[in-house]
Amino acid sequence: MIKTVICTVCPLSCEVELTISATNEIEKIMHNRCPRGKSYATTEHIAPRRTLTTTVHIEGAIHSMLPVRTYEPIPKELLHQVMQETANINVTSPIKMGDIIVRDILGTGVNLIATRSM
Amino acid sequence: MKQLTFDVAVIGGGPAGLAAALAAKEQGATRVLIIERNLELGGILQQCIHHGFGLHRFKQELTGPEYAQRFIDMVCRTDIEVMLETMVLEITNQKQIYAINQTQGMMQIDAKAIILAMGCRERTRGALRIPGTRPAGVFTAGAAQRFVNIDGYIPGKRAVILGSGDIGLIMARRFTLEGAEVKAVVEILPYAAGLTRNVVQCLDDYGIPLILQSTITCIHGKERIEGVTIAQVDQDWNPIAGTERDISCDTLLLSVGLIPENELSSQVGIQLDPVTNGPAVDSNLMTSIPGIFACGNVLHVHDLVDFVSQEAETAGCAAAAWASEKQYSSTRIIASTGKPGPCCPTSDSIPFDGVANECCATWGSTQIIIKPGNNIRYVVPQRICPDKKTTLYLRVRKPDQDVSINVGELKRMKHTFIRPSEMIKINLTPELLARHQSDYLDIHVVKEMVHHD
Repeated sequence: MIKTVICTVCPLSCEVELTISATNEIEKIMHNRCPRGKSYATTEHIAPRRTLTTTVHIEGAIHSMLPVRTYEPIPKELLHQVMQETANINVTSPIKMGDIIVRDILGTGVNLIATRSM
Repeated sequence: MKQLTFDVAVIGGGPAGLAAALAAKEQGATRVLIIERNLELGGILQQCIHHGFGLHRFKQELTGPEYAQRFIDMVCRTDIEVMLETMVLEITNQKQIYAINQTQGMMQIDAKAIILAMGCRERTRGALRIPGTRPAGVFTAGAAQRFVNIDGYIPGKRAVILGSGDIGLIMARRFTLEGAEVKAVVEILPYAAGLTRNVVQCLDDYGIPLILQSTITCIHGKERIEGVTIAQVDQDWNPIAGTERDISCDTLLLSVGLIPENELSSQVGIQLDPVTNGPAVDSNLMTSIPGIFACGNVLHVHDLVDFVSQEAETAGCAAAAWASEKQYSSTRIIASTGKPGPCCPTSDSIPFDGVANECCATWGSTQIIIKPGNNIRYVVPQRICPDKKTTLYLRVRKPDQDVSINVGELKRMKHTFIRPSEMIKINLTPELLARHQSDYLDIHVVKEMVHHD
């Protein structure tokens, strides 16, 4: 079976072609223009992951929301659960870019970090 | 009125302004100023909390605020002066800036060089003239982005998005994640206007339909928007009768294009390119007024901030050179001869007529006029100095594949895919340009013969 995965790592948006065996194994990867495309397509076939970017409430800062993200991509199916988790978070200024807001969010092993100082 | 003097004054503290100021400083400009209208630096990046910035520049995927913070931190480590919450009211061709803020009042800032980095604005419903009632709930996508990401409230629960520009696609995902329902993204073109990766990770991931070759023909609702009528369009973008259908919604987001913000530029008489809506510039990104430079989205709308930073550095370096005493004296000498270089081209394309001569005179070199040819929508800079390393930024008119982009007879660059949404960058060296004889350089797309197995 041939499966096309559009790589989202960079704006080139390579249309990576995967040849999938009857046992769902990847036999061949084609049309990726760099190694990142290969690893993206592989992960995308086995267990898709996404970086989540959102906001949490912040007190005492110039704005009322602090932008945050998962330090690394997390399983795609957990995105909505993480959104519910972050909805109730309230932090206090000052926060520095890179500060950990939630350690090991939902047991993913990935930290939620602040993406700016505020 | 308070009077101040600077070598280089940068108008706008977004990604272009930050990079331009830093480059000017590094290039040796002594007094550099950034004037910013907002209460913080970073520009639009501060509300672009999604990731995907900085792959070219920092070799990693950063969010907008992270990308901005890196430049802000760099600016903070220098003696670049920053004026926040300060509005520039007017600039003059003598490079005086009239600005105002609450603490210092009205100011006159004399600069040896000015860099325009005011960014762009979103097209609104008024620009599109969508028929229907005028209810609340119709927002530009960027305004909605600010409400959600900075202010922390969501402007609606059931949204339709008109236009598949990148901000619209990003907001489709953001609304969905925040618990709102995005009914559809409606696009008049036969393909998405934004980057393919954004279609994949913002629409496909969440099952949001992208309705192509369609537009909104009516907005319904009295106090608050209650729905829209959409219809398919023909090849001339006219709605096709009988294809109309209604979609109910309480919010309409518009992501229908960005317009460079050139109110100050046109006020002072800087020549604008009618295609980019930004100033026509040379290899140094100098506008038609000597000593005034432009970079970033005020010059032409970019899709990648990485390219904005790079372009801004070109403007910053050139502005610093211009501001230095050496440049000043050489300019005066050339100007005093009153004659441009021997083979100074004058353009037969109306908008830039006469500009080349002036720039030749001020920079002391002859220039080549760039001519956008087959399937090229625009090229920036519009005229180039052959003795300078120049980066051309260009956009194509329509998507194609297996083509090459020809730079006159000088360069032939193969592309598997070309898309209007993806800006193309071409570097030209003085060695290469020395081989070019004509006053014009034609850039065009040609189809490659490809043998498929």
